[in-house]
Amino acid sequence: MSDPAIVIAGLSKRFGETEVLHGIDLEVAQGEATCIIGPSGSGKSTLLRCIAFLEEATAGTITVYGQPLGFSVDASGRRTRLPTANIRAVRSRIGMVFQQFNLWPHMTALGNVSEALKTVRRLPRPEAEERAMVQLRRIGLADRAGHYPSQLSGGQQQRVAIARALALEPKIMLFDEATASLDPELTGEVLNVMRQLAADGMTMVIVTHEVGFAASIGKKIAFLDKGRVLVAGSPQQIFAKPRNPRIDQFLDTYLDRGAAMLI
Amino acid sequence: MSFDVSLIESRLPQLAHALWLTMIMWIIGLIGAGILGFLVAVGRRFGPRWVNWLLGVYVEVFRGTPFLIQLFLLYFGGPYAGLSLDPVPAGLLGLSVYGAAYFSEIFRAGFEAVPHGHVEAAQCVGLSRSQIVRRILLPEMTMIVLPAAVNMAIVLLKETTVLSIITVQELQFTISSIGSEFYAFVEAFSLLALFFWGLVEICGWLGAVLEARLSRFRFAAP
Repeated sequence: MSDPAIVIAGLSKRFGETEVLHGIDLEVAQGEATCIIGPSGSGKSTLLRCIAFLEEATAGTITVYGQPLGFSVDASGRRTRLPTANIRAVRSRIGMVFQQFNLWPHMTALGNVSEALKTVRRLPRPEAEERAMVQLRRIGLADRAGHYPSQLSGGQQQRVAIARALALEPKIMLFDEATASLDPELTGEVLNVMRQLAADGMTMVIVTHEVGFAASIGKKIAFLDKGRVLVAGSPQQIFAKPRNPRIDQFLDTYLDRGAAMLI
Repeated sequence: MSFDVSLIESRLPQLAHALWLTMIMWIIGLIGAGILGFLVAVGRRFGPRWVNWLLGVYVEVFRGTPFLIQLFLLYFGGPYAGLSLDPVPAGLLGLSVYGAAYFSEIFRAGFEAVPHGHVEAAQCVGLSRSQIVRRILLPEMTMIVLPAAVNMAIVLLKETTVLSIITVQELQFTISSIGSEFYAFVEAFSLLALFFWGLVEICGWLGAVLEARLSRFRFAAP
């Protein structure tokens, strides 16, 4: 068993008076998909955004391949913000995919995917575009390279956003409700790309409402409730009966909605 | 009173020079105002609190007072503060500083209109703060602020007439002096109005062309 990719210990996040995360402990294994599920407002997205360092946790630590992310904590528990170059180096191992895609509208699909290769990695344009094309082929959109985001469907936009993150060859991919703003038909194509990534052995942390998808792709599932990890384990442990009553209640609302649609 | 076209014909070279000068004052003033306004907007958004406050005062003062008075103070009051400028540089400086106050507000609104997620996506792939401004915010903002910026360009064009009070020999100055020379104010000011209307129409048309070109970048609905 190799060392975990991410170790989260005692992570808390406070927005003003409200504490959204209360001491989260979670390990993300190398080469596996870890899914985070739970009701709205449970802090799933905040947790993921802390791993992406888009939010800075108020307490606790995140360690990525043994290196602290953002803050170092000394023996007496004092947190010191690490230098920008260090934060950047740790972040460069992490790719992020958003619910809203967040493609840059003034660049083509190829431009979006090759941008960081040009500006951050300082590759010459032909080489950057060559590498970007590799990623576009990987997600099956090589023929849309010259299209602007406004000319692509939602599913295609999200796949381009995945390619944009993959272009920098991250070790870990984060997905923040990547399919939540897509209709069911387009959801499928994005989930397929994610399944392919999982099959390729990518380390993934997936925040999702698609409980079925989480159960099928996740080697580990963490159920968050009110800013705490209620249970974490294999899909069998989470979903097999007897279940934690809170999870039962959560799954019931899913069934209710499904049943409501049939009536 | 009759409308005598020959008056105008006799002064064509003078008018051509005045038109040229108006264009120069406008275009350079516009570029100056745009760049300065952008820097002010960047300073207010990314600078420390006191910079934001100081620039806020600048914007309030220059939006809150008439351009005529600002120009008067700059040109006639400047020498007392050790700033003696010829009419043309004084006019350019005045237009830039005045226009920048408005442009900074346009850009500030533009910055705010760029979805924050686009910036977060850039942070996640490692773009630095200055790269985010240059590669993401500036281009996205340009499409958002274009209509307001074209509007401001038109306002600035018309404000160039005020430069006549510090003896910049642009259209207003030249045409009104022709008017008083021949006592033909109707001809003179009709011509002046036509000139400006023509320039504004050209400016508006250029803006529309630019907007059409940029329309393919429209924000994609997620």
